[in-house]
Amino acid sequence: MANPTGIGASVRRREDARFLTGRGTYTDDINRPSQTHAVFVRSPYAHARIAGIDAAEAMQAPGVIAVLTGADMEADKVGSLPCGWQIHSKDGSPMKEPPHFPIARDRARYVGDAVAVVIAETREQAKDAAELVMVDYEELPAAVTSLKALEGGAPLVHDDVGGNLCFDWHLGDAAAVDAAFAQAAHVAKLDLVNQRLVPNAMEPRAALGEYDRATGEHTLTTTSQNPHVIRLLMGAFVLGIPEHKLRVVAPDVGGGFGSKIFHYGEEAVVTWAAKKVGRPVKWTAERSESFLTDAHGRDHVSHAELAMDKDGNFLALRVATIANMGAYLSTFAPSIPTYLYATLLAGQYKTPAIYAEVKAVFTNTVPVDAYRGAGRPEACYLIERLVEVAAAETGIDKAELRRRNFVPASAMPYQTPVALQYDTGDFAKNLDIALPLVDYDGFAARKAESARRGKLRGIGFATYIEACGIAPSNVAGALGARAGLYESAEVRFHPTGSVTVFTGSHSHGQGHETTFAQLVSERFGVPIENVEIVHGDTSKIPFGMGTYGSRSLAVGGSAIVKAMDKVERKAKKIAAHMLEAAEADIEVKDGRFVVAGTDKALTIGDIALQAYVPHNFPLDELEPGLDEQAFYDPKNFTYPNGCHVCEVEIDPDTGVVQVASFAAVDDFGRVINPLIVEGQVHGGLVQGIGQALYENCVYDEESGQLITGSYMDYCMPRADDVPSFTVRYHEDQPCTHNPLGVKGCGEAGTIGASAAVMNAVVHALSEYGVTHLDMPATPERVWQAIRRHTPAQAAE
Amino acid sequence: MPCTVSMTVNGKAVSREVEERTLLVTFLRDQLGLTGTHVGCDTSQCGACVVHIDGRSVKSCTMLAAQADGAAVTTIEGLAAADGTLHPMQAAFREHHGLQCGFCTPGMVMSAVDLVTANPSPSEHEVREGLEGNICRCTGYHNIVKAVMAGAEAMQGGTMKAAAE
Repeated sequence: MANPTGIGASVRRREDARFLTGRGTYTDDINRPSQTHAVFVRSPYAHARIAGIDAAEAMQAPGVIAVLTGADMEADKVGSLPCGWQIHSKDGSPMKEPPHFPIARDRARYVGDAVAVVIAETREQAKDAAELVMVDYEELPAAVTSLKALEGGAPLVHDDVGGNLCFDWHLGDAAAVDAAFAQAAHVAKLDLVNQRLVPNAMEPRAALGEYDRATGEHTLTTTSQNPHVIRLLMGAFVLGIPEHKLRVVAPDVGGGFGSKIFHYGEEAVVTWAAKKVGRPVKWTAERSESFLTDAHGRDHVSHAELAMDKDGNFLALRVATIANMGAYLSTFAPSIPTYLYATLLAGQYKTPAIYAEVKAVFTNTVPVDAYRGAGRPEACYLIERLVEVAAAETGIDKAELRRRNFVPASAMPYQTPVALQYDTGDFAKNLDIALPLVDYDGFAARKAESARRGKLRGIGFATYIEACGIAPSNVAGALGARAGLYESAEVRFHPTGSVTVFTGSHSHGQGHETTFAQLVSERFGVPIENVEIVHGDTSKIPFGMGTYGSRSLAVGGSAIVKAMDKVERKAKKIAAHMLEAAEADIEVKDGRFVVAGTDKALTIGDIALQAYVPHNFPLDELEPGLDEQAFYDPKNFTYPNGCHVCEVEIDPDTGVVQVASFAAVDDFGRVINPLIVEGQVHGGLVQGIGQALYENCVYDEESGQLITGSYMDYCMPRADDVPSFTVRYHEDQPCTHNPLGVKGCGEAGTIGASAAVMNAVVHALSEYGVTHLDMPATPERVWQAIRRHTPAQAAE
Repeated sequence: MPCTVSMTVNGKAVSREVEERTLLVTFLRDQLGLTGTHVGCDTSQCGACVVHIDGRSVKSCTMLAAQADGAAVTTIEGLAAADGTLHPMQAAFREHHGLQCGFCTPGMVMSAVDLVTANPSPSEHEVREGLEGNICRCTGYHNIVKAVMAGAEAMQGGTMKAAAE
């Protein structure tokens, strides 16, 4: 390889040095002089009227500086946390959007809803005093599950939201679907639950607010995936602080998986309180608090039907989904079960007609929003479970049934019946790579070998396609987005040839400091150690939309390319002047600016020096300096896709499911750093396997208490729960509309894995006549399923 | 009631007055400023806070600072050589991309070092079982396991595969 730190090289991560030696700087690691500590008083009830708050005793406790409530925020005209996406119902009416105050005012609507905040000299003192705040709660009946919340007479989460219905939305052509079903030779049907999950980034959320009386500037340091968005939302909608007086910093962030995209009330509270008490205010969640207050993910209840002709060709898909929004609308919540879910229901298949209906429901639970994959895992799980049911019912081999219905590569670009236009993808190729990789033909022998040991064995497929790097701002705006979805970058060459790149993307595990630097190293031949990537600080970076939806490289990386294009254009002009050549004769070769056909050449370092010490510089044509900024607004979504194959072994005596093998074949377009990409896949797979086998967020259906509120009760996948993986990718289908040809890889593993695992589990249990099992396939559930289905029934 | 605790941390003698209820992890982070040791949970499940006490791995959220009185404590900050050369386990984590967000990493590395000290040539299965007390949400464990196997070999005196960069 020409450049060992260029595109395609598995460059070891530059950020690792600090993380491996304990020198990372996460929000809770930061302490300020005269800092105070905030601890929240949270509702122990899922639904209660707040009749009064008596903080007198707490105020007398040692170290207490202030006890602040929703009434104090109201007096200061603090606003509601805004929602960034508006959905319209079938009838054209806008979604119901009740206020969501950082601290509840008259009613608490979920266990953990903030009711007051205690600010004290130490965290321990604040914690002690929080127990002394007397809140007079009048408990109200709670609507906990989405299904019960929709029933007539259910308790209302918000008095003015009748039936707890946030919106009743649809997509697709209902008449075409009805007509296709009328012609169908076979219809496969499935009811399924995509259970609620807790994202569980390992770093709990934290926020540190500061106020500078001299300048009037507020600073919020927070565990965020997108500090500029927090600045915009909190500044403009919640606290009324103009952008130039509000700095938001997201330093090292310990994982996000979606849960740190959103603007949370605690961020507004510490920012507001810091001015009020005149000292920095820090809050760090304890894990129990994270379980109660981080936005959760998934929580869909769906019915799906697939119409086929006699040969197994898909004719139409009909889906009805009920999505739980929780008690309030989190920042991007309404977009998840709609434009990031129903639009993906075509999957990899050329199903000509699709109709989806989605009801979004308020419940007395913590808000639900994007969690790794965000709508797309729900779509993939539904389609791929349904296809597996169809294969079992029609007797067509499950790989063959998929192949028969794939959108062929020759049909690209392909317009789906649910709004999206896929640009590239060769789904048959993914399958062709996967089948020998997992020795599909050898499955029967492996199953027989398992049987000899008294074990059941199953193999399951999932093919997925996702939409990443959310598409043109004008299209997103038409679909309800209240923000632009571009990204910004600035590429600043310094006089001696080193480079600082300012990116609006945010890295919280993705390795941008390495991958983004590779883009610069490749383009200009600069040693990677001379490239600094700066992210996560609104005072340094022009603007940013942050990191979510696997968008960083496709959108943020493309913005860097655009800025580098501008640098190169200017550098060529400077080089032409310095080399006394025509600009048109300057070529860029291996990062050097060469006069075509000669050995006259300059490095970017030579040019940068001249740009800042412009003694021999075309000052009549150009300004000095070499520092360019760009915004990139994508032309379309990107469409990563792939084929995952899982094999499980089940002990019928205990119900324990073991993932025997897992192979992922992915098309991420062009790959910049294979090592990092594979790492993203591994991590995604385990989150998907976690959903399939272990994780389940459970609220008590009557009281609304969170039952799985710690790692003692919420089963996180651990090292001994999962195998090592076989991961392959191909680069034959680069994205056609961004300059890097990249598609994104952050969520893919999670999107495909749950379906592949569950298809394998159901396949293994099929000899007992089991046709479906809801996630997670815990030993208890599997054991019960085996007991419910005797072998005699299976023979029927 | 405050009490005085004295211990050796990363080779340096320290003595501080702390509240009796102060956890060791709080002492390390807030009193000594050693913020490399992280707090990821409140039920001693996640292992982000693992340090070595007299050479054995301990979840520092599970013991009081007072209980470490007189002990020799090593945190992630004290693992590399004085000249900055990474410990073979740290180097293996970097080489094999055994970390992403970095939050679980200090605890994971400290656990791995203890695991390999007790079992110098662990099998993959033994590594996975040995790391059961450390949760990572980013890596899917695949590369952590690879790193620990390689780190074990390097700690045995084997040679690390040269970094590819």
